[in-house]
Amino acid sequence: MRLQPTGDQMALRDGTRALLARRFGPRALRAAVREPGRLDRALWRALGDAGFFALRLPEAGGGVGLGLPEAVLVFEEAGRALLPGPLVATHLAAGRVPGAATGETVVTDVGGCGLVEWLARADVVRGDAAGAEPLRSADPLTPLHRAPAAVEADPAAVLLTAAEQLGSATRLCELAVQHARTREQFGRPIGTFQAVQHLCAGMLVRTQTARAAVHAAAVTADPADIHTARLLADEAAVRGARDCLQVHGGMGFTWEFEIHLHLKRTWVRTYRAGPATQSEEFLAADLLAGTP
Amino acid sequence: MDLAHTPQEEEFRARLRRWLAEVLPALPSKPPPDDWPARRAYDLGWQRRLHDAGYADVHWDASPTTRLIFLEETERAGAPYVGAGFVGLLHAGPTIAAEGTAAQRARWLPPILRGEEVWCQGFSEPDAGSDLAALRTRARRDGDDYVVSGSKIWTSHAEVADWCELLVRTDPDAPRHRGISWLAMPMDAPGITVRPLRTLAGSAEFAEVFLDEVRVPVANRVGEENDGWRVTMVTLSFERGTAFVGEVVACRRVLGELAARARENGRWDDAALRRRLGRLNAEFRALWRLTQWNVGEAGSTGGVPGAAGSLFKLRYSHARQELYDTAADVLGPESLDLDRPWVLDRLSSLSYTIAAGTSQIQHNIVAERLLGLPKGR
Ligand SMILES: Cc1cc2nc3c(=O)[nH]c(=O)nc-3n(C[C@H](O)[C@H](O)[C@H](O)COP(=O)(O)OP(=O)(O)OC[C@H]3O[C@@H](n4cnc5c(N)ncnc54)[C@H](O)[C@@H]3O)c2cc1C
Repeated sequence: MRLQPTGDQMALRDGTRALLARRFGPRALRAAVREPGRLDRALWRALGDAGFFALRLPEAGGGVGLGLPEAVLVFEEAGRALLPGPLVATHLAAGRVPGAATGETVVTDVGGCGLVEWLARADVVRGDAAGAEPLRSADPLTPLHRAPAAVEADPAAVLLTAAEQLGSATRLCELAVQHARTREQFGRPIGTFQAVQHLCAGMLVRTQTARAAVHAAAVTADPADIHTARLLADEAAVRGARDCLQVHGGMGFTWEFEIHLHLKRTWVRTYRAGPATQSEEFLAADLLAGTP
Repeated sequence: MDLAHTPQEEEFRARLRRWLAEVLPALPSKPPPDDWPARRAYDLGWQRRLHDAGYADVHWDASPTTRLIFLEETERAGAPYVGAGFVGLLHAGPTIAAEGTAAQRARWLPPILRGEEVWCQGFSEPDAGSDLAALRTRARRDGDDYVVSGSKIWTSHAEVADWCELLVRTDPDAPRHRGISWLAMPMDAPGITVRPLRTLAGSAEFAEVFLDEVRVPVANRVGEENDGWRVTMVTLSFERGTAFVGEVVACRRVLGELAARARENGRWDDAALRRRLGRLNAEFRALWRLTQWNVGEAGSTGGVPGAAGSLFKLRYSHARQELYDTAADVLGPESLDLDRPWVLDRLSSLSYTIAAGTSQIQHNIVAERLLGLPKGR
C-alpha cells in the first residue's frame, strides 16, 4: 500500500510540468489574460500530442492506456499552471467525440450547476446548452454561459476537477511560503511572524489532506471517495487562495499578480461537480448505508 | 499509487476478524471512568488477550500496513481502546524499541505487550508545557543511581502506572536542549507522591507527581546522558504521528452511530445537520487516507513518523472536536445529560488541541519543519 506516486507516475508528472512551463509559462498566462476568450488551438493540439486527452484510452485504440491515478497527476499540473479551456470535458470526451483525443476537437459540457465553460469556442457541447445565456465571467480565463438545466457530473469529471483544485492549492501554498520567506517588514522576513506562519501551515495541512483524499479516490474510483476528494480539494483551493492573498498584502489584490486568477478559477471549479451540498448529502446518506 | 494489500496482509485481516467476532461478545462491560483500578485491570486484561492470541506486537514489530489493518479491524468491531496501555504501547514502548539497549528492550517491552505493566509520561512540568525544554526536574548522579527531585504535572494514568517515562535535567549548565535525559522511573520508588487532578470531565485522568530524592538506576536511562532531547523527539513523533491513528476509525464508527441516532430522533430531517454529518464523513475518510499516506512515507524514515505527524494531529484534533459538537447538535438538550453517550466524549475532546503539544505548537512545527519558514518569535 502506497498512496505516493510511483517513479513512472512522478516522471509523467514532471514531464507534464515541463511541457506546461514551455507552452504555457508566465508570459503566455499574461497574454491569455490580455485576450480573454481566445483559445490557443496550437497549445490544445500540443496537449493532444502529449496524450493529455487520450491518457485513459486503451493503447489498442490509440490511447496512452493509463488510468485515473495518472490522470489526477496530470490534471493537478494543469490546475497548478492555470491552463485554460474545457480540459476535463475534452478529456472525458476522448474516444466518444471524434478528434477530442488528439486535441483537434474542443469539447465542452453542461456542468453540474448548469454552467457551460468556453461555449463560444468549443466545437462540440455535451448536454443540452440550448438557451444558454452568457455571463460576464468573474474568471478572465473562463468564459461562462448559464444553461437552463444542469447535467449530473460524471464521477471522473468530479475527481479530475478536484485534482485541478489540488494543483491550485499546492501552487498557492508555495507562493505564500516564497513570499513569506523574502518579503521583509519590521526588519525581518514576514515568515518569522507567527500569524503568517500559521496561515501558511494551515494551507499545507489542507493541501496534504486533500492530496491523500484525491489520490485514494483515483485508486478506488469509489463514489464516496470521489465526493470526499471533491469537498477537501475545494476547501484547500478556495481557502488557500484567500490565505495566499492575505499573505501577499496589497500585492495580492492586484490584477498583475497570479493569485486572483487562481482565486477565480477555484471558484469556477467548485460549481463544475454540482452544488457542494450534493456531495454532502451523498456522504450523509453513506453514513446510514452501514459500513462507514 | 495503490491501496492493495498482500495476500499475507489479507490473511491477517481475515484471521483477526474471525477472532474478534469470537471473543468480543463475551467481553465484560466497561468499568466506570472513576474506578481506576478496575479500568487498569480491564485495559490490561484486553491487552493480555491480544497477546495470548498473538496480536500483541502489532504496535511496533509488525509492518505499518499490518498495524493499520489491526487498528481498522479492532476499532471497526468496537474492541476496547488501549486505555491505560496508551503510553506503554503507543509511545514509551516504541521509543524503547527504537532507542533502548537489548537489555532494556528485554526488560520493558514484554510486560507491556503481555498487559502486565502500565506506563505514564512525565514530561510536562508546571513551568515547562509547550516550552518543554524549560524543564527543571533535576537528576544528580550518585554512584549507579540518579537522584531525582522536582515535579511533573498533567501526568495521565500516574495513579495506576508501574513506570514513568521521565524527562530530567542531568546537566544544568549545558544549553537547555543538551542537558536532558530520558529515564524509566519505577512508580513505586520511595519519594514519589502522586496527587490526582480532576479534569473538566469530572474524573481524575491525570495527576501531579512530586519527586523527592527518588533513586533511579543509571541503567534505566534510554539513550545517552544529556541526549534525552533527541530521544524525546522520537517519543513525541510516535505520540503525534501514530498514537491517534486508531481513533480515526473509532470516530468513523461514532459518526455512523450519530447518523443512525439522528434518523431515530428526527434530527435527520434538518438539512443543515445532515450536511454537517456529510462533511464530517468526508473529513474522517480523508484523515484515514492521510494515515495511509503517512504509512507510505514511514518506510523512508525508518519507522519513526516524521513531522508529518504534526500535520495529522493538527487536523485530527480539530475534527474530533467538530465530531462531538455535532453529536451535541444531534442530541439537542440531551447533550447536557452526562449519562448520555457522547456527552463526556465531547468534554474530553477539548483536550485534544492541548495534549501532546497544542495546536499552536503543531502549527509552528508545520511552518518551520515542513515549510522551512524561518524560526518564529
Ligand atoms: C488531557 C491531558 C493529558 C495530558 N497528559 C500528559 C501526560 O501524560 N504527560 C505529560 O507530560 N503531559 C501531559 N499533558 C500536558 C500537555 O502536554 C501540555 O498541557 C501541553 O503541552 C501544553 O502545555 P501547558 O499546559 O503548560 O500550556 P502552555 O504551554 O502554557 O500554553 C498555553 C497557551 O499558550 C500557547 N502557546 C504557548 N507557547 C506558544 C508558542 N510558542 N506559540 C504560540 N502559542 C503558544 C499554547 O498553544 C496554549 O494555547 C496532558 C494535557 C492534557 C490536557
